[in-house]
Parts: sequence; C-alpha cells; structure tokens
Amino acid sequence: MSEYFSNIKTSATTIATGMGITLKHFFNAVKRKGDAGIDDADYFRQVDGLCTLQYPKEAIPTPPHGRYRLYCNIDDCIGCRQCDRACPVQCITIETIKATSDDLEACGKTSGGQQKRMWVPVFDIDVAKCMTCGICVSVCPTECLYHTPVADFSEFNVKNMMYHFGNLSKIEAEAKTKKLAEQQAQAAKEKAAAGGAPGAKPAPKPKPAPPQA
Amino acid sequence: MSSSPSLNTWSDALSGLSIGWFPLGLVIIAAIPLVFIALYALTYGVYGERKISAFMQDRLGPMEVGIWGLLQTLADILKLLQKEDIVPKLADKFLFVIGPGILFVGSFLAFAVLPFGPAFIGADLNVGLFYAVGIVAIEVVGILAAGWGSNNKWALYGAVRSVAQIVSYEIPASIALLCAAMLAGTLSMQQITMMQAGPGGFMHWFLFTNPIAWLPFLIYFISSLAETNRAPFDIPEAESELVAGYFTEYSGMKFAVIFLAEYGRMFMVSAIISIAFLGGWTSPLPNIGGLELNTMTSGPVWGAFWIIMKGFFFIFVQMWLRWTLPRLRVDQLMYLCWKVLTPFSLIAFVLTAIWVINH
Ligand code: SF4
Ligand code: SF4
Repeated sequence: MSEYFSNIKTSATTIATGMGITLKHFFNAVKRKGDAGIDDADYFRQVDGLCTLQYPKEAIPTPPHGRYRLYCNIDDCIGCRQCDRACPVQCITIETIKATSDDLEACGKTSGGQQKRMWVPVFDIDVAKCMTCGICVSVCPTECLYHTPVADFSEFNVKNMMYHFGNLSKIEAEAKTKKLAEQQAQAAKEKAAAGGAPGAKPAPKPKPAPPQA
Repeated sequence: MSSSPSLNTWSDALSGLSIGWFPLGLVIIAAIPLVFIALYALTYGVYGERKISAFMQDRLGPMEVGIWGLLQTLADILKLLQKEDIVPKLADKFLFVIGPGILFVGSFLAFAVLPFGPAFIGADLNVGLFYAVGIVAIEVVGILAAGWGSNNKWALYGAVRSVAQIVSYEIPASIALLCAAMLAGTLSMQQITMMQAGPGGFMHWFLFTNPIAWLPFLIYFISSLAETNRAPFDIPEAESELVAGYFTEYSGMKFAVIFLAEYGRMFMVSAIISIAFLGGWTSPLPNIGGLELNTMTSGPVWGAFWIIMKGFFFIFVQMWLRWTLPRLRVDQLMYLCWKVLTPFSLIAFVLTAIWVINH
C-alpha cells in the first residue's frame, strides 16, 4: 500500500518537474541561441533559447581554414596521378597525354617553376564520393590539390557533383594525342633507320635472392 | 427545469427566427459553434500547437509561409483539398466513409449544451452535463467504424485500444463531474455556471469554494485527456507503434475532419472543466471596494470571452502535457484508470457529499 502512494507521489513530482522544464523552454523561446561558431569560447554556453537555424538565410560561418570541398588548381598539376592512386574511394579520374617536345613551351611551368610534361585533358573529382580525408592532398607533389573552406555545395542533380578540372578540350586532346602518336612513330622510324636492333636491350639483372631465414 | 428567459435571450430570439418554413435561426445557432470550431482549430489548434510544441523544443516551427508562418495552416488546407481522397479497395466502404463523420458529429453535438455566455446557449437542457458526458461516447462508435472499416491491422488495434481507453476513463470522468453537479445541485450547464457567479469573481468558483474540489478537478482533467486521445493517453493514435492508429488509412479531407473532431473535443472538455469547476463564463476578477471589476467584465460578450479564454488555457495545458510526457503503455493506462483515478474519484465523491450535506 505504501508503494502505491509513493508511486503516485513520484508520478506527481516527476510530472511537475518535467512540465516545469518544458514551460521554461517555452518562455525561453523569446531568446535565440547565439550564433557563436564552434571556435568561439562561448559556444557551449549558449544554452537557452531557440536553436533553429533558418538555413539558407542564416548560416553558422565555417572556419576560414576549414577543409571541405576539394579543389584542383589544374595550372599547377603535372599529371603525376599520385592523387588518383592514393584516393581510397577512387573519386578522382585522370587522363594524361604526354606533351611532345615542341609543345613543352605551351604546356608551361607550375608556379613552383617545374616544367610540366603532361597534358591533363580529364581531371574529374566526384565530390559526392569524396570523404575529405585529405590523402590526395598530402601526396600531391605540387600542392595543387587542396580543400577549400566552402562547406555548402549541395546540388539537386547528383551529376552536378562531378567537378571537371581538365586543361584541354576534347578536340584539343584529340589533336595532342595524334601529334604524340605521330612523333612517336617518327622517333621509332628514326631509331630503326639508325640501325639499332629492337631486341638488343640488356637482360635485366637477376634479383638478389631473399635472405635465408 | 425551464430556465429563466433572461438567461437565454439571444439564443431564444434566434431560434424563433425563420423565413417562411425555413428555420433560419436554428441554422445560425447550429453554425455558430461550427464556425467557432473551424476558426479555433485553424488558428489556435493547428498553428498554435505547432508553435507551442516548437517553442517547447527550442525550435521555431513554421516560418516560411507568411510572416512567422501564419499562413501555413491555409497552405495545409489547400494541400489537403488537392489530395486524392483514397478509399482502400478492401475497406468496408460504408464504415470507412462515415467514420470521420461520426467522430465529428460526436464532438460537435456536445457544443449544443455549452453555454457560450450568459445569454447564449444552444440548448439549455436540464440534463446538460449528463448529455455532454454521454454524447462523448459516440466518439467510440466513430473510432471503431474508422478502425474496423479501414481493414488494416494497425487501424483496428488503434480502434480497439481507443474503445478500451475511452470506456474506462468515462467512469472517473463522470464521477468527478458528478461532484460538481452535487455542489451545484443541478445538471444544467447554465445553472451550474450561475451558481458560481458573484461579485467576488474567482472566489465563487467551485474550485475555491470548497476544500476538496481540486481532487475531482484533477481527476476530470486527467480523464479528459484520455477521452480526447491527447498525450500521454494517445495510444489509439500511437504514431510510433501503430503508424497513426485508427486513421492510418485516411487521406485528404477525411483526415482533416478527424483532426477537426479532435480539436473540437479538446475545446469541449476544456469548456466542460471550466464550467464545472472554474465558473464557465463568469469573470475571474473580483469587485474590490469601489472598483467594480467584476461588474465591468461581465455580460454576454465578456462571458463568451471568458469561457473561450478558460477553454484555451486548458487546451494550452493539454498541449503542454503533450510535449512533456511520453505515451503510457496500455497496462499503465488501465492501472491509472482503474486503480488510481476510479478509487480517488469515489473518495472525492463521498467527501463532496459529506461537505454538501454539512453546508
Ligand atoms: S580527400 Fe580523400 S576521398 Fe577525397 S579525393 Fe582526396 S583521397 Fe579521395
Ligand atoms: S597528385 Fe597533384 S600533380 Fe599529381 S596528378 Fe594529382 S593533382 Fe596533379
């Protein structure tokens, strides 16, 4: 019997407490939680008030050094494909064409002064797949691949999440491929004319035997 | 009991009005609560509940349509009107279609006896309170029709739960209201209100004139939550277990009618609790010395204002509870009804009887 009454008492007090809390929140709705960003010292002190963010109109600023959307500065890319190989989710697609010797001038140099030797007609990043892990960024020798502070890049059509960065149009790419093939054919012909037997490569050295355990 | 003519001047005059054979006055009297329910359900019921629930959860609620989302409800109505009115192929079509109708009629019928002011009451029955309690039970039929007619297991579960719940909670609710009827010595809503009118304002209300009225008051309030299917007694709906309970299959305007009925019932029970314990349309302000606050704030228009405000206050409490408490389990629900509320209502009944005899 005493349990019966204590249960009733517990229900009454807990309901009263709960209703007190909700009423407090109801009256606190005249306040707004501040818009302190995560790097603000007051971030965890914004306890009272509404927390709805009316998103497109209001947005919490992202940190200026944030690392979100991947960007490739294609002018600096040397087409080494390191990023392509490093990416764990295969979201980078690269195609390269070797620049012919007379094109090296047109191909240009990176901002670091390195001579570029590859055209990169296709450099696609599927930002829908990219998990911003940053592995590609760390392997890129010319530091032309990096994350930007842009955090909001949603699209209505998932196809638009494919970002194209290539530095040649399709027609240009075809021309360059043809040119390269011609040059290579030319070189092969010259080589044959010079009389070098094609199969005269020195035999590869035998590998050293693995150490015996 | 025939009420004094001064009590019902407006409604009596209206009901006598007719154009030829057409009883225009009666139609107007019937339309007044309908217009009231519609307006209140749209503004306070739907929009208010959204905002209140949002604020209690630190959200903003609707904001996009109109200033502060004020036109959101209108947009929703337009949307509901456009929706296809689906009747499931294997449903019992007759029951399925009339279910929402019965539900709405059940909550609407009780408005006939609610006094909306000292000069307006649809029907001043001498058994008004009894009628109001009884007519609520029609809701059970509507819910059963909707749940069974849907030919859907969730809907049927919801309906059966609802019947168990409403039938059970009618008992403590009725006994608690009996206490008020005993205090007043009448079942007429208008008379019960008159008993609590006086220059002292709130001091004449049953809740404050006797020491035990708080107990039936609380019991009726809790039971009324269960009768209107409001949280924490919304197990017929139970959207997380039963999808949406007895109205799982309803779409478009039928769904809207079910909700209109729910909001109508919410106001009805709130009005009944105000009439039974908080003086209905009487003003809460007392006359203090020469300051005739009570006299100033009485009259037909003020009366309507006060009862609507009291009703709205209790609806606010219902919403407040809804966003505070989790839903009860079925066994807890029955425990609360049969082992807590019913015995306490009987105790309240006996104590009230003793108090009435000794005064
Ligand atoms: S950040 Fe990671 S996932 Fe994204 S492209 Fe680079 S390696 Fe791939
Ligand atoms: S690692 Fe850098 S330089 Fe190499 S292909 Fe990728 S982006 Fe270009």
